Order: sequence, then C-alpha cells, then structure tokens
Amino acid sequence: MLGEGILKGMAETARNFAGSFVSKERLTTVEYPEERIPTFENARVFPFLVYDTNDWEAGLRCVACQICEKECPPKCIYIDKSKDKKPDYAGKQQFYPTRFDIDISVCMSCQICVEVCPFEAIKMDTEFELATGDRFGGLLLDRKQLAKSNEYYHRIHPTEAAEVDVRLAEEKAKANAKAKAAADAAAAKAAAAKPAPHVEGAGD
Amino acid sequence: MTPVFYIIAALTIAGGLAAVLLKNLVHAALAVTVAFGGLALLFLSLDAQFAGFAQILVYIGAVAILIVFAILLTRGSDLPQDGVFSHTWLIGLMIAAGVFSVLAWAVLRSVPALPHETAVPAVTVHDIGVALVGRYVLPLEILALLLTAATIGAVIVAMHEKDGAQ
Amino acid sequence: MLDKPIIDKMDQIFVLLQHWLVSFLPVSLQPLAAVLLSVIVIVCLFPALFALTTVFERKGLGRIQNRLGPNRVGPFGFFQPIADGIKSLTKEDIVPASANAPVHFLAPIVLVVAVFMGFAVLPMGRNMVLVDMDAGLLFYFAMGASTEVSVFMAGWSSRNKYSLLGAMRAVAQMISYEVVLLLSSVAVVMISGTLSLPKIVEAQNQYTWDLPHWYIFTPWGLAGFVMYAIAATAETNRSPFDLPEGESELVAGYHTEYSGFKFALFFLGEYLAMFSISGLGATLFLGGWTAPFSFLTFIPSWIWFFSKLMLSIFVFIWMRGTLPRLRQDQLMNFAWKFVLPFTLLNLMVTALWRFMGEGWERWVVCSAILAVVWVFMGRIEMRSEHFGPRSYRYAE
Repeated sequence: MLGEGILKGMAETARNFAGSFVSKERLTTVEYPEERIPTFENARVFPFLVYDTNDWEAGLRCVACQICEKECPPKCIYIDKSKDKKPDYAGKQQFYPTRFDIDISVCMSCQICVEVCPFEAIKMDTEFELATGDRFGGLLLDRKQLAKSNEYYHRIHPTEAAEVDVRLAEEKAKANAKAKAAADAAAAKAAAAKPAPHVEGAGD
Repeated sequence: MTPVFYIIAALTIAGGLAAVLLKNLVHAALAVTVAFGGLALLFLSLDAQFAGFAQILVYIGAVAILIVFAILLTRGSDLPQDGVFSHTWLIGLMIAAGVFSVLAWAVLRSVPALPHETAVPAVTVHDIGVALVGRYVLPLEILALLLTAATIGAVIVAMHEKDGAQ
Repeated sequence: MLDKPIIDKMDQIFVLLQHWLVSFLPVSLQPLAAVLLSVIVIVCLFPALFALTTVFERKGLGRIQNRLGPNRVGPFGFFQPIADGIKSLTKEDIVPASANAPVHFLAPIVLVVAVFMGFAVLPMGRNMVLVDMDAGLLFYFAMGASTEVSVFMAGWSSRNKYSLLGAMRAVAQMISYEVVLLLSSVAVVMISGTLSLPKIVEAQNQYTWDLPHWYIFTPWGLAGFVMYAIAATAETNRSPFDLPEGESELVAGYHTEYSGFKFALFFLGEYLAMFSISGLGATLFLGGWTAPFSFLTFIPSWIWFFSKLMLSIFVFIWMRGTLPRLRQDQLMNFAWKFVLPFTLLNLMVTALWRFMGEGWERWVVCSAILAVVWVFMGRIEMRSEHFGPRSYRYAE
C-alpha cells in the first residue's frame, strides 16, 4: 500500500529517538573537552625532537645533519648548525642544532623527516591541541618547545620507542665495542710501539 | 471618498504607472503586483471581502507569478537598449484613450440609473456562493468550460514540445 | 473536578485579561487598543515559539540520529536560540554588488509580513481570534499566496544562479501544492458550509460517546487531512519537499545571498509559515481548540490548540529526520498525477457524504471508495516510471 514504507521509516526513527534516551550504547558522541578517547598508538600529528637524560639541551639526539630539512616536502624545518661539538648518546663528538624550528602551520604531517633521520632524533607527536591566538609566532615551534623526553616518547608510542631503544643500544654497544677495539688497537699499537725504543735503549 | 480611498488609489495608480514606465521587466512585474494589491485593498475598503481576497489569491498568487515566469523563461529580463516606448506608441495611446472614454461614458451614464443605497449591503460569502450556483450558474459553467479548454490546450502545447525534443 | 466559573475563567483568561487592560483607556480608543494588544501578543508569542522550536528541532533530529544535539549554551543547550539571535543580529549584512538592492531589501520583509497576516484569522482558543472574518479561510490562502512573490523577489534580486534556481523551484512547488492545499480545505468548507474559521471549529465542537466530531474522524476528512499534510509540507518547503533549499545542489536556495538579520527573517518566516499552516490544519481537521474527549473539556481551549500545533510541528520534525529529499520530477509528478486527482476524488466523496444523509451507509460507501482508489492508484503509480526506480538515458 502507498505510504507503507514511510510509516516503516518513521517507526525506525521513532525507535532511534526513544532508544537514545534509554540505552547509552546508542549515543556514540564523545563530548570532547570533558571526555576524550585515548589517542591511538599510531596516531601522528606534528614532529618533535627526542632527548635523553634530564637536560633537554644537552641530551638532544639531533646532530644537525640537516637531512630532514632538505627532505621536508613543504620546507617547514629550519636548522642552524653549531660551530662546536658535543658528545652524543654514544659518547661520540657531534654537532648540535643551535636553532631547530618547525613551522607547524606549514607542516603536512607526512612523517618523511622521521623516516630519513639516521639518528632517531625526530619523531611524530600525538599532541593535537595546538590552537593559538598568534598565528605567526605561535605556530613556529622552536627547539625548546619541540624537545620531548624519551620517556614521553615511550608513553605515546611504546612499541616503536622500545624498538628504537634496542636499536640505539645495539649501535651504542657496537660503537663501544668498536671504540674499545680501536682503543685496544691503539693501546696495543702504543704498547707495540713503546717497547721498541726501550729495546733499542736496552740494546745500548 | 475617505482619505483611505485616496491613499489606496494613489498606491494603485503609482503601481500601474511604474509597471508601464519602468525599464526593467521584472521591476515592472513587481509594480503590477503592487497595483493588484491596491485593487484588492479597494475591494476591501468597499467591504467586498470575497472579491478582495480572491483578487490577492488569483492575481498576486498566480497571475503575477505567471508573468514573472514568462519573463524569466523568455529571457526578457535583459534591459532594453532603447526606451520602453515602442514605435507605435501613438496608436496605442489612441486606443487606450478610446477605451477609457467608452468606459468613462458608460460609468457616468449609469450613475443616475443606479439605486441610491444608503446602507451598505451585507453580502456574505454564503450569498455569493448561492448566487454563483443559482442565478449565475450558466456563466459560471461557461467560464469553467473555457478554462478547461485552456488547460487542455496548454497541456497539448507542452506535450508537443516534449515530442519534438525527443 | 473544578467548578464551572473557574473553568470558564481559565478558558477565557487571555480574553478577560485583554478586556481588563483595555478598560483603563477611554472608550474611543478601546477597539484599537484591543486589536493592538492582540497583535503584540501574536508578534511576540510566535517568534518565541520559533526560538524554542529551533532548539527542539535540533535536539530532536540529533536524537533521531543517535546524537546529543546542541547542549552547550545554557542548561541543556536551551539558550542556543539566544546565541543564534545575537549572532545573526551582529553579523555583517552583505548585499552582493550586482544585487538589485531595493528588491533584495524588501523580499524578507514581504515574506514575514505576509506570514504574520495569516495568524490573524486563526482561532487560538474559544473567542480567541484576532479578526473573525466571513471569508477567513480565503484570507489565509490569499496571504499564503503572497509569500510566493517574496520568494521570487529574493531569488531574482540576488543575481545568483543558485538563488534563482531555488526561487524557481520554490515557486513552482508552492503553486502546484497550493492547488491541493485549497482543494483539500474546500472539502471542509463543503461540509461546514462556512469560510469562517471559528465557525468551522464550532461545527466540530460536538461529542458522541465522549468522542469529538472532528473532521479527521470521517473518511473524507482523513483523506483530506493526509492530502492537506502533504501539501502543507511542500508549501512550507519542509523535508522531504525541501528541494528549494537542497544544500547539496543549491547551497541554500533562494536565501543563499542573505546574511545576518535578513537571513534570520527568512528563517523566521519559514518557521512561522509552518506554525500557521499547522494551526490551520488543526483548525480544519483536528477540531481547533476543542478537546479530544468530552470529559477533558475542563482544560482551557488554548492549551488544546497549542498542543495540537506543537504535535504537528513534532511530526514535521520527525518526518524531516526520516525521509530523504524528493527529486524535482518526482515532486511535480506526485503533485499533479497523484495528490491532485486524489483530492478531486475526495471532493466528490465529500459531496456524496453530504447528500447521503445521516446513517452508517455513507461511512461504508465513502471509506470503500477512498480506500480502493488509494490502494489501486498507489499500485499503478508506484509501478510507473515516474515513481519507480530511475532509468537513465545515457548513463547506462
């Protein structure tokens, strides 16, 4: 009969209407500022810089190699390389960035900087409440604002951070072993080189 | 002849004049609507409710809209380059003057023949209905026939166009 | 149970209040003051109802879609209309450079004035009608017809293709469905024998076994009411007949180029039209201010009128939350090939009902004719190409 479908549809919406007052499962709305769903581990918003130890300035993993700056498609990373060097996580002397700015009004969250970084220094953040009243200065984050601790990284991306730590530890061990081997070799060399005068002297 | 009459009459005449003199056709159509509204108000001021409301319903609700549709569908809304007066304005003026004089003559002559009623006749919608299906049923039916023929004609014109398109 | 004088006082409270207020003035001013007072009440009451309806509509639609709806401004979001009002008042009023400024300015005013005029003849309670006109129903339809002009003015003067298309759609739709609206109301006039709305209500103010003599409870009245409801939905451009403002294709239809307070006026006009057409439907078919059962007559008449009004508005909102928009050709075919013939048939049936006289025979005969035609016409129409699945000439 004509109009039957309309009545069926009206019954369905009436069920929705009444049901939304009764069952909480029907209402999928999360009332955001008060309630929030936990962020997903794979969520990514804008990049941040990882630092080890408690000192954000000294512990920055970034060595100012400027690969990310060059690879960034929208060119939103600005790096100034330091003149002097400081030791990195493996104890090796490296440059460090005196300026590291990311313009997040330009950043398109592509994650290419993360993929190209050989030092695991730049990672993607999950922080999304970045609204500011100052659209020029407020959206240009400097290295102090970008620096987040390794613990924070573990908190937002636990799996990925664990893998990174293992890799860094391996590299550090390798570097240590290499350094030790080099040191040993140097020592051995030194040891080998030292006795000769002595022998010569002894030959006197 | 109350002040109300003069106000409404001025409005109606202004609407009519604007309809003739305005360059923009859509403005002219809207001015016609004002004139129709003024006519309806004149009917109402004579206590002829039915005629007044029918005037609004038919003329503003249907005829004015029809005019507007006709203008839009025929690309008449473009502003004319030269003035609004056609080359034959003199003949038109003469015909208009002739019609006006005949009507005025008829109206002026009929004044003594009309009964001088002091009280306003109380005509209700009910009386109009009774008169329409009683005494005036033949004109009503003839009008109905005419309108039906016009409707069928319009449908046929529309159908013909559709066949041509296919 | 309350005693009779108190019931009468409650029923006539607004009338008595008006008389009391007016009695302070000199006698020569009293008629004018009485009318002015009623006008002020109408002009304040219905926009307030409009504000309330917008928030109820948004919340209701939200619930229908399992959402919460607005709940931020004030308690449960009920101050939302105030925020909206402030916003639309303080917003910049933009008039397009190529728009026809005078017509663009006049269009919303004409709309709101014409819509407000319609309330003048609606009986909102016993003795609560602004003007009891002999041709009240005709007056209502005359005012309804005037809104078409304003819609066209808005669409044309904006110099915007979407506005113009929306206006053309709206006008075409309103003309088509106005015929149905008129003819379905004519059935009521045929039975009650008057065009005056208070008299139509009075004719329905009788009871048999506690049940009222509302026209919806007769076969022709039910059919007429269904047709009236369809036409009223189309006339007020409400979903599923909201093609004139189909935002997927026309931005916002004829009021695309309006902003700020003029847009608010259009919005107001649309809702006021919905109220007045609901009120007219309640008056014609649902017994106006009469109570649904004779033992409920102690409740004031104006409460009944406004509850019927709010009920129809709820149904409007419910339909909006349920039905998808029609296509333009479906809309026109539906109007001219189904609704109009059925309304004409309903007129015949009404005449039959009038002349068969009292008795059970007319119930059987009239119901049978209408039901059979409804079912068969529905079958045939649904099978025809105009209502069935769309076939494409080039796309397939």
